[in-house]
Amino acid sequence: MHVSITSQTMLPHQYRVQRVRQETPDTFTLELHPMSEASAIRFVPGQFNMLYLFGVGEIPISISGDPRKSPTLVHTTRAVGTVTKAMRGLRKGDILGVRGPYGSHWPIASGVGRDIVIIAGGIGLAPLRPTLYSIVADRDKYGRVILLYGSRTPIDILYRRELESWRSRFDLEIYVTVDRALKSWRGDVGVVTHLISKAPFDKQNCLAMICGPEVMMRFAVMELLKRGVPDDRIYISMERNMKCAIGLCGHCQFGSLFVCKDGPVFPYPGVKDLLSKWEI
Amino acid sequence: MENLERLLADHPFLAGLPKDHLELLVGCASNMKFNAKQYLFREGEEAEKFFIIRSGKVALELYVPGEGAITIQTLGEGEIIGWSWLFPPYRWRFDAQAMEQTLVIALDGKCLRTKCEGDHHLGYQLLKRFTDILEQRLQAMRMQLLDVYKNT
Ligand SMILES: Cc1cc2nc3c(=O)[nH]c(=O)nc-3n(C[C@H](O)[C@H](O)[C@H](O)COP(=O)(O)OP(=O)(O)OC[C@H]3O[C@@H](n4cnc5c(N)ncnc54)[C@H](O)[C@@H]3O)c2cc1C
Ligand code: FES
Repeated sequence: MHVSITSQTMLPHQYRVQRVRQETPDTFTLELHPMSEASAIRFVPGQFNMLYLFGVGEIPISISGDPRKSPTLVHTTRAVGTVTKAMRGLRKGDILGVRGPYGSHWPIASGVGRDIVIIAGGIGLAPLRPTLYSIVADRDKYGRVILLYGSRTPIDILYRRELESWRSRFDLEIYVTVDRALKSWRGDVGVVTHLISKAPFDKQNCLAMICGPEVMMRFAVMELLKRGVPDDRIYISMERNMKCAIGLCGHCQFGSLFVCKDGPVFPYPGVKDLLSKWEI
Repeated sequence: MENLERLLADHPFLAGLPKDHLELLVGCASNMKFNAKQYLFREGEEAEKFFIIRSGKVALELYVPGEGAITIQTLGEGEIIGWSWLFPPYRWRFDAQAMEQTLVIALDGKCLRTKCEGDHHLGYQLLKRFTDILEQRLQAMRMQLLDVYKNT
C-alpha cells in the first residue's frame, strides 16, 4: 500500500469512547466514535491504528471490530505496560487520538471458493475477528470455515459470548482449547496446534490465517505444513514495536521488511527465513 | 474379532502394519466402554494397557497439592492414550478420566510386551509409532511450558 507522507498522516484524529467492555481480567475492548465525520476511518481486516493516550503515549493496536460498522472503531487491548494500563482507565465519554488505518490486510478475497482456517492464540483473536465478520457476512462464498482458538486458561478466553453464538451456527466450526485448566473445565485442554491435525479442512484448497505469539505461530505453521497445506496458502500477522507506523523511523524493522507498512500481515514464504531466527 | 481387526487396520496409528502383526495385536485387543467420570486408570496403578479412543473424550489429570486436579490434556476420537506400559516400572504417571461416555479399544500391554520381545520387527514398528506420539506430546508440552500467552 502506498503511503503519502504528509503531516496529516501523523496527526491523530479525536475519537470519543462510546463503550468500554472488560473481556478478561487483563483485556478490555474500547468502542470509539469519531468526533467529526470527516475523520472517520475505513479499514480492511488485519489493519491497525495508532492509539494516542494524551500525555501518556501512542501504541499500535489492531482493529478488532466489524468493517461494515464504520465509522465506529473497536479495539481490544491487553494491559501489559505503561500505555495499555493507562488506557484501561478510559471511561465512556473520554477522548483518544487515533491515526490510521495502517498496514497490510488478511487476503480474504483469495479465500473465495476455499476452506478458511483461522488459527488464533490469546489476544491474537482480536486482529482476526474482523475477518470472521466479513466471512460470515458473505458466508456462501467460502467452503468450510474453521476457527481454532487457543488461550491460556478458561478465564482468558476472549469474546466468549460471540464464540458461543458462532459455535451454535451450522456453517461455522469453532474449536477452543486452553493450555491449562482445573478439572471443572469441560472443554478441551492442550495447545492450539494440537487442533490442526484434527480439523476437517481441505489441505490443498484452503486459506490459513494465523495470529498469536511468535512461538505459537511457528508451531502452527509447522503443523499446517506437516498436514500438507502449501506454504503460499499460509498468512501470519507479526508484531514489532512501532513509532511512526508509516515506514519512516525503522523501529519496526524485521529483516529488510517494515512491519508497519509491509505487514503486519505477511504471506508465510516472505517471512519464513526471518521467523526462524530469535531476535531480528 | 473381525470387527476389531478392521477397526485396528483402519486406524492411522497402525497404518502400514502387515497382516500378521495386526493379527497379533488383535489377540491382545478388546473393546471397552467407560461412562462419564469413570477412570480409565489412576496415577500409580500398574500400566497394563494402552487405549485407542473410538468415541468420546478423556481428560488426563495430575493432582497438584494445593491446587487439586489439573487437566493437562484432553484427548478425543482416534487418539491414543498411554505409553507407560512400554517402560519400567510400568506405572501410570497421571489419571485418565472419561469426560463423557467413551468407547475405546484397549490393548493389553503385558501381552504386547511379550509379543514384542518375541518379534523385534513388531516391537520396532510399535516403538516407532509411539515415539511419534511422544514427540508430538513433547512439542505440545514445550509450548505449554513456555506459557506463550503470558506476555503477548
Ligand atoms: C501491528 C500491531 C498490532 C497490535 N495489536 C494489538 C492488539 O490488537 N491488542 C493488544 O493488546 N496489543 C496489540 N499490539 C501490541 C501492543 O502494541 C503493545 O502491547 C503495546 O504497544 C504495549 O505498550 P505499553 O506502553 O502498554 O507497554 P510497554 O510499557 O511498552 O511494555 C510493557 C511490557 O510489555 C511488553 N510488550 C510491549 N509490547 C509488546 C508486544 N507487542 N508484544 C508483547 N509484549 C509486549 C514489553 O516487553 C514490556 O515487558 C499490537 C502491536 C502491533 C505492532
Ligand atoms: S514504525 Fe516507523 S518504520 Fe515502522
